[in-house]
Amino acid sequence: MAERIIIDARGSFCPGPLMELIARLKYGAVGEEFEVLSSDKGSANDIPEWLHKVGHEFLGTREEAGVWHIALRKTK
Amino acid sequence: MPMANRISIVVVSGSLERLQMAAMVASVGAVSGDEVTVFLSMNALRHFTRGTGEPPAAEGPFGRSLQEKKGPGYRQLFQSAAELGDAKIHPCSMAVDVLGVGPGDLEPWVREPLGLTRFLSDAHGAQVWTF
Repeated sequence: MAERIIIDARGSFCPGPLMELIARLKYGAVGEEFEVLSSDKGSANDIPEWLHKVGHEFLGTREEAGVWHIALRKTK
Repeated sequence: MPMANRISIVVVSGSLERLQMAAMVASVGAVSGDEVTVFLSMNALRHFTRGTGEPPAAEGPFGRSLQEKKGPGYRQLFQSAAELGDAKIHPCSMAVDVLGVGPGDLEPWVREPLGLTRFLSDAHGAQVWTF
């Protein structure tokens, strides 16, 4: 299995992590997995909401030492 | 496929907080599939000229806190709205005339000047946000 592509958006605030994800997703292939690292809790809530709205697959969120790891798969 | 939500944003303030909030609404709306149109006028327009220029002033303590944080600024967010979400960002033709702004003086992602009549016509039936 291919490794997840990490998008390190730590230190940025809303909607920075979402924008960094979208900019990167644009060049990703369908089926690729991504993991956004964010120190902004609002983005940890907002990114899954965006994924649901536009139809990419949300794989889960976990928090480690103040950093949220938001995993997803590009579906289209 | 459901019809896209339409969002029309009028930005007239030159304050950092209002520019930032307008940019947040424009960028998140545009990348979520909404059709976003932005109309820049009054004190806002000079903050969209190319180059560094004088940064917008904070109108309160929140804006001052914002200046100390790392994050996407309003120009970067509006650019993302235009480039990633196809938002249409236009200067108001009246404001362009008053400021004496030429074609090339504004950020490259700002489109041609738009008159108020056309903007109001486009905004008919859309959500309208004013900052």
